[in-house]
Amino acid sequence: MNQKELAAIRGTIRSNRRLDIIFAVAGFVALLIGVMAFVTLFAQMAYNGWERLNPDFFMNFPSRRAANAGILSAWVGSLLVMLVTAVSAVPLGVAAGVYLEEYAPKNLITDIIEINVSNLAGVPSIVYGLLALGVFVYAFGFGQSILSAGLTLGLLILPVVIVATREALRSIPIHIREGAYGVGATRWQVVRDHLVPYSTPGIMTGVIIGMSRAIGETAPIITIGALTFIAFLPPMPISTTAPFVSFDWLWSGFTVMPIQMFNWTSRPEEAFQQNAAAAGLILVFMTLMMNGVAIWLRYRLRKSISW
Amino acid sequence: MTTTNQTLPTKAETRDFNFYYGAFHALKSINLPVVEKRVTALIGPSGCGKSTLLRSFNRMHDLYPGNRYQGSIVLHPDNTNILDPKVDPIEVRMRIGMVFQKPNPFPKSIYENVAYGLKVRGESRRSVLDDKVENALRGASLWNEVKDRLHAPATALSGGQQQRLCIARCLATDPELLLFDEPTSALDPIATANIEELVTELRERVTILIVTHNMQQAARVSDYTAYMYLGELIEYGVTDDVFMRPKKKATEDYITGRFG
Repeated sequence: MNQKELAAIRGTIRSNRRLDIIFAVAGFVALLIGVMAFVTLFAQMAYNGWERLNPDFFMNFPSRRAANAGILSAWVGSLLVMLVTAVSAVPLGVAAGVYLEEYAPKNLITDIIEINVSNLAGVPSIVYGLLALGVFVYAFGFGQSILSAGLTLGLLILPVVIVATREALRSIPIHIREGAYGVGATRWQVVRDHLVPYSTPGIMTGVIIGMSRAIGETAPIITIGALTFIAFLPPMPISTTAPFVSFDWLWSGFTVMPIQMFNWTSRPEEAFQQNAAAAGLILVFMTLMMNGVAIWLRYRLRKSISW
Repeated sequence: MTTTNQTLPTKAETRDFNFYYGAFHALKSINLPVVEKRVTALIGPSGCGKSTLLRSFNRMHDLYPGNRYQGSIVLHPDNTNILDPKVDPIEVRMRIGMVFQKPNPFPKSIYENVAYGLKVRGESRRSVLDDKVENALRGASLWNEVKDRLHAPATALSGGQQQRLCIARCLATDPELLLFDEPTSALDPIATANIEELVTELRERVTILIVTHNMQQAARVSDYTAYMYLGELIEYGVTDDVFMRPKKKATEDYITGRFG
């Protein structure tokens, strides 16, 4: 190759490289816009709400005086609603996902169900709220309770759990299934002994992603009639007298973090805006914690499963 | 290997067996005997249907929609047609074990892998499980390598060890017939030699049907060889005869490397 050809090739490479750099810069800017928007919001919230973050804020009920108001009923409510959500959505979602992936015959009806499950994930949450108002609150008579709210959010995240379950099942190599069937296992034995255990990390991830969406949901909870000013806690789930365990809390009125925030932001006083910012900070922190747990679990469980 | 008398009892045989993947006629009128306590090799070029035939023996095709069997595969001595719709494929798989192309241990412990077939059969007595797991691992020449770490994850073993573990998993339940689907295609030469040696030892206690695309392997380990091409059984006979004095021109061409 002579000098002239070499120079020509280098010229081409240089202009190709230029595109490389242009894209890298554009991509970085795109990333920055997304990240900066969140960081700015978060920083502003932290700045506004920082001084309200003290133990009293967590241990006080809401109050007419901003300085005395706290989020005790809200975080306890959120926690209990999430518990009901998880307990209702996980078994239903996993069972439905396993059925669709492993048992359902491949025909038109299954296809229609599959498409609808994916579509359900995109249904606006207020619609679930309306449905729940009619079904859980009135038809089933659960009232404006923690149970109604938990089941509503459970329905809301059900499609996420189903899809996550199916994805996780699909990622199990076919030769592992054949190995299990090959020694004479029935479909149920294969599901119970292999498929579900091996897909647990994926299912967990889906569940927690769904939960972190549910914990911030406001609209459906307001629709079913959650109260915005609650100065009491639900009955304790455990007691010192027989039968020691009580489920009365399921029927209790409640509020949750986003509703408490919503309530405070609608007040004119500056001090209540601070409260809202502080509550928002806690809510974001709760969500990040859940995502952190999801990542940690996935990492821990995947280590023990390899093909 | 050994030239054996044709009057030996057969463990299984296919009778006018056809197989369809949807509309595709993958196996055409196969009549193949599998001689008891001997090794029968299925050879032929890629796509000839040898794996399809092997997988029919434990009804693996039932797991996927659109597959259809025709004719029969008879298991002796009880003359059960294992393709009969009345016969439960689970029962067939409990009688006939299978070792796959790629080692496929479960992501569980070594012990649990070997014990799984027994657990599926409802065995839960610890002492019985312990005994059978040890015997199976000895049978698969793996005991000495893993006896100190039975509860270590199976996926930490080497590829060859994993494949012997899969063989042990089958042996634990005393199958009448053991199917091998190109068991060494994912292994290095030393691991391959170990598996071949194991197959030779196992023929004392179990009937073996093995698919291989390695003709030297077929010549080394098998007593009988069947050559398949485009879904048909072209030639079947004692391995030495098939390799030294093939009756059909097609077989000779394949074996001598002119084709395939």
